[in-house]
Amino acid sequence: MKLNQLTLTQAMAGVKKKKFSGKEIFEACLAEIEVKNKDLNAYLTINSEKSYKSHNKPFYGLPLAIKDNYCINEVETTASSAVLTGFKPPYDATVIAKLRQSGFSFLGKTNMDAWAHGSSTETSDFGPTRNPRNLAHAPGGSSGGSAAAVAADLCVAALGSETGGSIRQPAAWCGCVGFRPSYGRASRYGVAAMASSTDTPGFLTKTVADVALITPCICGLDPLDATSSPEVFPNLINQMKKDLKGKKIGFLYLDIKGMEKTRAYYERVWQDLEKLGAKVEKVKARDPREAIGVYTVVQRSEVSSNLGRYDGIRYGQGREKFGAEAKRRIMLGTFLLSQGYADKYYWQAQKVRTLFMQDFERLFTQYDALVSPVSPTLAKKLGCSEESAMFGELEDIFVEPSAICGLPSASVPCYHDKKSNLYLGLNIMAPMHQEEIVMQVASAYEAGTNWNHWAVVERGDHEI
Amino acid sequence: MKYNLVCGLEIHTELKTQSKMFCGCKNDPFGAKEPNIYTCPVCLGMPGALPVANRKAIEWTVKLGLFLDCQINLKSKFDRKNYFYPDLPKGYQISQYDLPFCFDGKVETDLGVVRINRIHLEEDTAKLLHQIVEGKKVTLIDFNRSSVPLVEIVTEPDIKTSEQAVVYAKKIREAVRLLGIGEADMQKGAMRLEANISLQTSEQAKRGELPNYKVEVKNINSFNFMKQAIEYEMKRQAALLDQGIVIKQETRGWNSEKGETFLQRSKENAADYRYFPDPDLPMIVLSQAQIDEWKAELPLSSEQEVKRWEKQYQIPVKYGQALIGKKEEIAWANELWQAAAQQNLSVAKLANYLVNKKINYSLNDKVVEVIKKFNQLTQVDEINQGDLKAIIKKTIDQFPTEVKRYQAGEKQLLGFFMGQIIKSAGKKLDAAQVNKILREELG
Repeated sequence: MKLNQLTLTQAMAGVKKKKFSGKEIFEACLAEIEVKNKDLNAYLTINSEKSYKSHNKPFYGLPLAIKDNYCINEVETTASSAVLTGFKPPYDATVIAKLRQSGFSFLGKTNMDAWAHGSSTETSDFGPTRNPRNLAHAPGGSSGGSAAAVAADLCVAALGSETGGSIRQPAAWCGCVGFRPSYGRASRYGVAAMASSTDTPGFLTKTVADVALITPCICGLDPLDATSSPEVFPNLINQMKKDLKGKKIGFLYLDIKGMEKTRAYYERVWQDLEKLGAKVEKVKARDPREAIGVYTVVQRSEVSSNLGRYDGIRYGQGREKFGAEAKRRIMLGTFLLSQGYADKYYWQAQKVRTLFMQDFERLFTQYDALVSPVSPTLAKKLGCSEESAMFGELEDIFVEPSAICGLPSASVPCYHDKKSNLYLGLNIMAPMHQEEIVMQVASAYEAGTNWNHWAVVERGDHEI
Repeated sequence: MKYNLVCGLEIHTELKTQSKMFCGCKNDPFGAKEPNIYTCPVCLGMPGALPVANRKAIEWTVKLGLFLDCQINLKSKFDRKNYFYPDLPKGYQISQYDLPFCFDGKVETDLGVVRINRIHLEEDTAKLLHQIVEGKKVTLIDFNRSSVPLVEIVTEPDIKTSEQAVVYAKKIREAVRLLGIGEADMQKGAMRLEANISLQTSEQAKRGELPNYKVEVKNINSFNFMKQAIEYEMKRQAALLDQGIVIKQETRGWNSEKGETFLQRSKENAADYRYFPDPDLPMIVLSQAQIDEWKAELPLSSEQEVKRWEKQYQIPVKYGQALIGKKEEIAWANELWQAAAQQNLSVAKLANYLVNKKINYSLNDKVVEVIKKFNQLTQVDEINQGDLKAIIKKTIDQFPTEVKRYQAGEKQLLGFFMGQIIKSAGKKLDAAQVNKILREELG
């Protein structure tokens, strides 16, 4: 096995035992990037080998891929928009500073939908990323570059960010693990803002155990982010490989229109969860299509304000460099906040958002965790987003309800289509600030099934 | 005049907190030696930078509200006011829209009560400098002022005369200085005035109606200019109303050289600021206990302090009024009065010496030093009546011409003789005693 194929857990164990060094893994990843990135376009910026710094504990300089909306001091940061071409921020995002302190190295910046507007990575001004599982398909988005980098073993793990489903959906489409902690767990300071009330840093990894290792590194109260949470972050590693005996799990959205093609696979997931000891019930939740409305209104409104700073005066390029999707969102958001319309749209959407929160609260009095499909389909073909201006929202229908409520959630592989080599993801959601419950269900499911090939190799089990 | 002035004021004043409103940068735009030295990703509006509210600025805004008899919103929030301008790096200003910290206050003036509609907290913008560099007309931006805490105090349309507007505005400046929360220096632009001016017809007055328009005059930087601007607008609007012209809602500027207001923006192209709650800043929740605590820390008003000085130290009101000022000045004076009273010195006399500049002082002086100076000026050496008389006689004998002039009516020469006598005595003399004998001797 090549060093770039190691999971974070394996890499840590190997470096500790001095089987290989963090630098060797870094170099193995660079070599793989050299071979594959031309086809994949997962990375926009690649750090030269020189930038590897022999970090020590606890993570020995292990190499990460970083989504391009995170500011890294003196490294070009564009959020995949031509507006920011050439912009090198004079500071590190809090999350980046924390990862440095934890001893990680950065391989480079990964492609994304421009400004994180989209679910395909096709709105990037620097060309789309291809799905490494099947190059004719999109990787999902907006963290598509990060998901592709993980799936193609071009890094040990990748930093992503989620607003509507931008971690979970590309993780599902690329067949890797995606995890977003609760809103406010990880600082947004230094992450180019998309929709501030929803933006959440998180990771795309090879296994659930990797999530448990790396996520605590970026969480915690940040004096530079007034919305960051002071609550103590739970220990995730203790939740690994526990069974699901006595757990009540609610299954959402199976009967929604559009699920016809994949419903059978999710019914199998249901059975597997029950085999692991959980009591699973189909539950009716608030119609997720309403969440699309809420998400669209709130997110466009915040986008229209957040992108106001890119006026071409102080840095980057002029406003004429904004792509079509950003312009659409700015115009819609500007309209939604206008006098006479804000009550009808923005404030109405906030009220419905509260209804969704109340609905989840109600469901969590009955269930320990909720699960649903991440996306109704396997990864779509490249060019898929050209069909509709609402592409992202329709793709994210099952993940947007929990996203607008800020809930901790994960996507884990739950089906592999041999013909197309593409994956489906299982969306696992828990109450606010209860990341350990997401981990418990995710790790038990991963351990009890064979959909995650890295996990299979790691436990020395039979090949898929 | 057949019209009544209906006027309300909006006053902006910067707070002198250590750091800026939403970041840790030093808040000292006027003291900065160079442009753009007090900046960071937050006040430059860089990608990903986030605001964090300055607690002190919130405390001071609430205290100003309490001092001006306002109600306080226990739940308050910051909103984004979206608009483009090169001095606004984020494309929006963080301000307060529907839940300001303070509302429903009042200021009593000799010319009538002015009700306060609201007081809110926001951030100041950067400063634009229009210059010629290498032969080209350019606009430079100095971000030292970007995100400095700025309070806005908005009145009801209660102001009936230009004089009342000035009296009210001076009261606000006094409050800011008494509380020690700002310099309120208008020349530097730390305090800025805006007047909303309209005229009410006698019919409207009878029906108790307000005019259906208002003209806003912005960015006035002196009390005098505000008075002139209001008076100019009253004349201008009266002339229009006389001709039966319907006055449009508009924003005007003040040209101090011409002594005129000029049109800046009419309502038709007024900005829609698309206010919405800033998702980067959680709601601010204050407890009643916290507000009560802040209320207990409020200073006396200047009238109350002057009265207290009069009662406790017999300082005449006119001297008290001359000495009262900023929070630091009041604190310094109180320390001085206390020290002087402990030594059984006449505090009233000390106040007199300070007002009449017999003692030069600054707030950096230690009060013991000032008392030392006061003692030097007031203490006299022991000298017997006979010796004193001899010194006086000897001195005036040296100046026969001056004696003649004095006797011919040049009474102001008394001071000259006093000076000469003190000089030749080489001792501290009791001025009153010397004066008495000198007059007798000169006849």
